[in-house]
Amino acid sequence: MMANSESGSSLPIRRPNPDALLARIQAEAARKERAKLRIFFGLAPGVGKTFRMLQVAREAAAQGVNVLVGAVETHGRSETAGLLDGLAILPRRDIQHGNTVLGEFDLDAALQQHPTLLLLDELAHSNVPGARHAKRWQDVLDLLEAGIDVYTTLNVQHVESLNDVIAQITHIQVRETVPDSILERADEIELVDISADELLQRLHDGKVYLPEQALRAAQHFFQRGNLLALRELALRRTAERVDADVLAQRADEGVETPWRTTERILVCVGPAPASARLVRTARRLAVGLHAPWFAAYVESPLHPLSTADRQRLDAHLRLVEALGGNVVRLNGVQVSAALLDHARKHNMTRIVIGKPTHSRLRDFVRGSLLDEVVRGSGDIDLHVISADETAPAPPEMPPAQAPVHVASYTFAVAAVAAATGLAWLGRVQLPAPDTVMLYLLGIMAVAVRTGKGPSFLAAALSVAAYDFFFVPPFFTFAVSDARHVLTFMTMFVVGAAMSTLMVRTRRQERDAREREARTSSLFALSRDLSGARDEAAVAATLCDHVARGFGSAAQVVARRGAEWRQLGQTGAWQTDSGDDGLLRWVVEHGREAGLGTETLPGSRALCLPMPLGEGDRTAIALLPQYGKALDGQALASLRAYVRQGALALERARLADVVSTTELRAKTEEMRSSLLSAVSHDLRTPLAAITGAATTLREVGISLRPEQRVDLIEAICEEADRMERLVVNLLDMTRLASGQMRVKREWVPLEEIVGSALARLEVRLGARQVQVAIPPDFPLLHVDALLFEQVFVNLLENAAKYTPADSPIEISAERRPTITTIAVIDHGPGLPPELAARVFDKFVRGQHTGVGGVGLGLAICKGIMDVHGGTIALESTPKGGATFRIALPLTAAPPTMAEVPRP
Amino acid sequence: MTGVDPLAPLVLVVDDEPQMRRFLRASLNAHGYRVLEAGSAAEALMLATSHNPAIILMDLGLPDGDGITVTQSLREWCQMPIVVISARGREDDKVTALDAGANDYLTKPFGVNELLARMRVALRHATPEPQRQELLFGSLRIDLVRRMVSRDGVEVHLTPIEYKLLTLLARHAGKVLTHRQILKEVWGPGALEQPHYVRVHMAELRKKVERDPARPEWLLTEPAVGYRMRES
Repeated sequence: MMANSESGSSLPIRRPNPDALLARIQAEAARKERAKLRIFFGLAPGVGKTFRMLQVAREAAAQGVNVLVGAVETHGRSETAGLLDGLAILPRRDIQHGNTVLGEFDLDAALQQHPTLLLLDELAHSNVPGARHAKRWQDVLDLLEAGIDVYTTLNVQHVESLNDVIAQITHIQVRETVPDSILERADEIELVDISADELLQRLHDGKVYLPEQALRAAQHFFQRGNLLALRELALRRTAERVDADVLAQRADEGVETPWRTTERILVCVGPAPASARLVRTARRLAVGLHAPWFAAYVESPLHPLSTADRQRLDAHLRLVEALGGNVVRLNGVQVSAALLDHARKHNMTRIVIGKPTHSRLRDFVRGSLLDEVVRGSGDIDLHVISADETAPAPPEMPPAQAPVHVASYTFAVAAVAAATGLAWLGRVQLPAPDTVMLYLLGIMAVAVRTGKGPSFLAAALSVAAYDFFFVPPFFTFAVSDARHVLTFMTMFVVGAAMSTLMVRTRRQERDAREREARTSSLFALSRDLSGARDEAAVAATLCDHVARGFGSAAQVVARRGAEWRQLGQTGAWQTDSGDDGLLRWVVEHGREAGLGTETLPGSRALCLPMPLGEGDRTAIALLPQYGKALDGQALASLRAYVRQGALALERARLADVVSTTELRAKTEEMRSSLLSAVSHDLRTPLAAITGAATTLREVGISLRPEQRVDLIEAICEEADRMERLVVNLLDMTRLASGQMRVKREWVPLEEIVGSALARLEVRLGARQVQVAIPPDFPLLHVDALLFEQVFVNLLENAAKYTPADSPIEISAERRPTITTIAVIDHGPGLPPELAARVFDKFVRGQHTGVGGVGLGLAICKGIMDVHGGTIALESTPKGGATFRIALPLTAAPPTMAEVPRP
Repeated sequence: MTGVDPLAPLVLVVDDEPQMRRFLRASLNAHGYRVLEAGSAAEALMLATSHNPAIILMDLGLPDGDGITVTQSLREWCQMPIVVISARGREDDKVTALDAGANDYLTKPFGVNELLARMRVALRHATPEPQRQELLFGSLRIDLVRRMVSRDGVEVHLTPIEYKLLTLLARHAGKVLTHRQILKEVWGPGALEQPHYVRVHMAELRKKVERDPARPEWLLTEPAVGYRMRES
């Protein structure tokens, strides 16, 4: 050993993993840059958190830090108020709440003033309705995100994960809680600690402020035993934090941690109130083990949920998210199988599950989930947590009772009456069992048509009626024969069981239908989205579906820099001044906000960010139906919609980028060939003009008159040639860049051909042009000027490449759905190798010396393309080229008869 | 301006291109016009007000505005002929300028002969013409009193609308009329957005009065703008 350490060669030096070290350094750098959160943590009110916070803040202010007091409660304590002297204090914002005006911390003003350090008392404070966020800790997150350091105070009983433990100790349920993630986000947690006795002394001296209404509760709260326990919890929570810091430090220094975490925890959550406790326990376990944790809920068609159940379940799942866990929704007929399957697939090491509270009988009938999980868990550890019956039940919304339908009960009574009537009529012939059958039939009819209540009523009434009318002694409820009691019981049990089954079947069917509807609407969305080609189309489709599925109107907006764009909206969206702030917040923070959420709950709209990999930040806003917040299930499926939309949007954007790149490459290619063409073909006439003009200027007087005329003619001709070239180049550029505006009108073909011929009058000279247009040829729906250019180019080509005495023909033909026009020449025709490329840009015939850049036919093709038509080259029989234009008849052309004659 | 008759008609040339003004000044002087030049819309309005020119040649693209607005402002108080000069591909602008009150247009580049012809027509239409009893275009004869049209001495039967169309163009021979102007005159203000009415009837009219309707001699198409009757 000595030798080894002296040589220093083979002793393993504990070097930190370089990758981990790098990540650590980056995280460190990020932490240095990001705003700091410091929490002054105490066991109860009155320990001096605010006092300590102000002391530290004053020290910072003395060092020149820009400190702003956002909200600090001095509660009339003069020592505390004294500390505020000399610190800048942000005025409260007045918010109208009912009949009173409440002063609230002004988040917007704080963000605008942007101090270096902001003091904000009472992290667990709930904001007055009307503020941006429901909770103060959300304000803190905004401030930190904006780069403002925050000092705040917190009591241990407000920590979410300790909430239930503290409720158990103190028997006081604290409503205002702060998620543990905030404590984890804190860069520093400073424990402000005094002993329980000292605190009690302070309370006795009247140094602890308590609002009037809390006095009674407080007396209960401020008991020595409670305070000791709270102090222990506060110390433990702080120690946990210190521990984590030490571990991180050790990891930095390359000290191997005593264990490696590979733990993964799964907690089974259901609608039962005890699930909240399970969630908190799982979270504490996960923090202790430094393990990721997941909460699974299994939706089973055998156990459909009532509305109240669903609300409770949603609350539990929200709690999971608030505590930093991940929610997993599973589907399966058998709950245990689905759970274990998921646990195995995702390498869960521990499962947290609740202890059953129901009777063994139910287990016997339905099977025990716990038993099944225990049996099937294999090497996965199980934590079975007892349901906490002593804890006060969580505030429950009154279960949404299905309205009592008088009609249903009337129907139940009527069904029993009908069964009784039928049985009475046939009482002589019918044996007793058949009478019972008749009643069962009635109960079944009720169960099929109505709910549980009326069915039970029907069952009870049937027993009574049977007893009254058909069991001797008749017309009394007395029973002479004990055998009948069994009949009654059987009748009632069968009736009740039947109705229960019936109701369950109906609920399952309804659930299945709802699921089916959700799936098919999601499918419809994805189908429509796949058809949307660009951003706008995707946004419009999404808005449409979202508005139809969840509300009355929707819009999608995106932000690039400071510029806002609306990508799409449904027609019913009416702008409201409140929407802007909401949209801005969601786009900036990338979190949900608006109606039914924790942030800006007073908005009329619900706004969700659209998670996109790159590009502009995007969000979708929705006006829910009747201004009511969406429930958890609707929200979940809205999120699915939005995810789909985001994917489609991303795809459209990528496609956009690709096509832009392609277009750029094409433009580049075209620009280079354009440059070479222009440099040659424009220079040639220019050279001739310059030559002729300078000759006239220098030696004009000495020239013979006919020589002078010749030179002047040359100038005019060459200028004309240049003009044609420039026109072609311009047309081509506009066509290629997609900027050509097509103004389609109904035009007779004669007119187009006529004006083309008129424009070419000089160049065609005496050449014979035969035009054959049938008298019933329809009007064409085209841009007259562009179409004229097609004919000018084709005729010009024909004139250029064919002998001066060969005729040119123009003929037109109408077919049922298409019109074709041919420009026919009788020249040498085109060689096949050129025929294939003749419509490409800068391709020219071999007759060199004939002017042109080889754009004429490319322009013709471009113009036909924008009209949705085609142009093709054929060979003329007996030699020559035929260019055939085809234009589909898109709309019915107006006929002569339709043109009014005033 | 030595050698130029002080009583010769005064032309206001509005163009921001000095080379264009240079060429116009030279050729117009040579043809006996006096020339006034403006390089901007503001200058054009000022000179038109102070000098009351006989005719204005107006480029549509000006550095401080466009010729259409200048035309509109001028038309608020005076009726001097305005000939618009513009590049090909700006047909919409031309139509707007014509509808705003310009008398005619020329497409750049143009020859001097064409320019002079347009100016002559515009100047002639500016002075009220005596009521004529008949109009002659080659072998085409329009008898305005008896409402009869004949070609080579043979009567041509026209529908009332065709007759209206023909006489409208013939009275303004040499001057371009936009689709809107024709629609308004022949069909009334209710049909302004239906340019195919004009096109369809024009096609019919050409079949009756032109020798070769595909290569019209008199009833000329001004692509995307309107029609013009060639001057006899």
